[in-house]
Amino acid sequence: MKHYAPWVFVLVLALLPLAFPDPYMLAVLTSAGIFIIGAISLNLLLGYTGQLSLGHVAFFGLGAYTSALVSLGFDIGIGFGLRITLQPQPVWLGFIAAIVVAGAFGWLLGRLAFRVRGAYFVIITICFAQVLRMVALNWIELTQGPMALISIPPFSLWLPGQGVVPLYSKAQNYWLVLGVAVLAFIVVRQLVESRIGRALVALRANESLARSVGIRVTHYLVIAAVVSAGIAGAAGSLFAHYIRIIDPDVFLFIYTVTMVIMVITGGKGTLWGPVVGGLIFGLVPDLLRGHARPEAQWVLYGVAMILFVMFLPRGIVPALASLKRRA
Amino acid sequence: MTGLLQVEGLAVHIGGLVAIADASFTVPEGQVVSLIGPNGAGKTTAFNVITGYMRPTKGRILFDGADITGLAPDRIAERGIVRSFQRTSVFTGCTVLENALMALHRRGSAGLLGALFRLPSAKREEARLLAEAWAMLEFTGLAERADTAAEVLAYGEQRRLGIALAAIASPRLLLLDEPAAGLNPSETAACMALIRQLRDRGATILLVEHDMPMVMQMSDTIVVLNQGRIIASGAPADIRANPEVIRAYLGSGEWQEAAHAEA
Repeated sequence: MKHYAPWVFVLVLALLPLAFPDPYMLAVLTSAGIFIIGAISLNLLLGYTGQLSLGHVAFFGLGAYTSALVSLGFDIGIGFGLRITLQPQPVWLGFIAAIVVAGAFGWLLGRLAFRVRGAYFVIITICFAQVLRMVALNWIELTQGPMALISIPPFSLWLPGQGVVPLYSKAQNYWLVLGVAVLAFIVVRQLVESRIGRALVALRANESLARSVGIRVTHYLVIAAVVSAGIAGAAGSLFAHYIRIIDPDVFLFIYTVTMVIMVITGGKGTLWGPVVGGLIFGLVPDLLRGHARPEAQWVLYGVAMILFVMFLPRGIVPALASLKRRA
Repeated sequence: MTGLLQVEGLAVHIGGLVAIADASFTVPEGQVVSLIGPNGAGKTTAFNVITGYMRPTKGRILFDGADITGLAPDRIAERGIVRSFQRTSVFTGCTVLENALMALHRRGSAGLLGALFRLPSAKREEARLLAEAWAMLEFTGLAERADTAAEVLAYGEQRRLGIALAAIASPRLLLLDEPAAGLNPSETAACMALIRQLRDRGATILLVEHDMPMVMQMSDTIVVLNQGRIIASGAPADIRANPEVIRAYLGSGEWQEAAHAEA
């Protein structure tokens, strides 16, 4: 891809709301964009370190709840007659808190879970997301449990000449998500194309050899986990302030699966894989909505997924790249 | 005698099997020391223990005077002991140049901030590492293969890359596990030249090898293991004349069979 091609792509996306101000299309693109950010973060773990985290939605949900709670404020008892009270804070503070809290849990999970790898790691990550879902369901004083956190304020930004304004319109939210997605992409690219990224790929390619030349396994896997979790937390925060209602279902396994599918079909371990896979699996369900019943849609997904794994096991982006090389 | 590496009273039991019963030896700085013996004598086990891939049952390992027994492989590598592997071992899916850059890990220090913000220090370091990688590829004769995927190299080239990857981390002690296994005579000669050059650049080398002419030519000291025990150690000429070594290893012709079996 030519040097400027990605920026042309971003520019086209940025101009889209001006050319086609269709609120339905913008809504679909915005929620696809949020999941693409999630997929970009998952790709850092799954694609570059080769560790399959099936609890990735945990970081997404943590970000959503953290951001919502910081912006709504809370007042909870923690036993011993002590209470923690937080007055409602600006949304940008919630956004940063979401990244920090998710990143911290990424560190914790990385420290604990990377002692084991392979199937055990997968199991630990699944449990991690399930535990968080149980906490969200049952810690009603904090999370309202199944009654959900409602009236979450929309994202607000400081805009030149207008001061701090809440983003109510579809187009504004779309641009916000696009901006964060571009940032997330750049962060992952910078990381991957560096000494750290090489260490990650070396560990994936041949762990014994990597250790023999002095690459510290846990250290680098934890760095990847923290950055990955932080970006997923940011996506969760965007989700919370866009949908503006959060319930424990945000921790559902299906969201992890959605992100995994996006990464694998697009091409894990490639920068553009999660974007391509995310666009396909973020947009196709809504394109099908008018034509196929939900049950038929799930069947179609399943078939599509099997076909991808059978015929493009490395994903779309690597397949296109090798096609281009041959041409 | 103190040396760069001292192995003291090493014993390794794997389940009920005694891989190494009792072994002590020293690798003096700047020398090439070879560890020889029939298959199953415990040579590779010794390598695995020294580099942290296995834990010893008894005994300790001193490197430059410090006890490194039981440290993790990456920690031991950080202290300056790097090994090559008996089976071909490269970073698959990466080009030869990328392999070299990965093995240069220890020569850099750029962290998260340097990577994210492309700090000038990180950029300078990248340029330096790239230059070092190219220099090592020139040195090992792999420069024209720089853009080739490591796993499609010819066998001899892969072996050479394996040694280059261990050497490129600029270890103080380089452990080579059968570097000439499966190589034809001209490739073996190239391999020997490479090892000599590495020694001349200041690396101390501990070598496990079945190719006796190579061992006899290369080594300053030879340590002979048999059934988990050291039965002799000394200069090549002494080893060649040692009756116990001849009985256990050299004279039986077993080493030739072993070398053929592995090739």
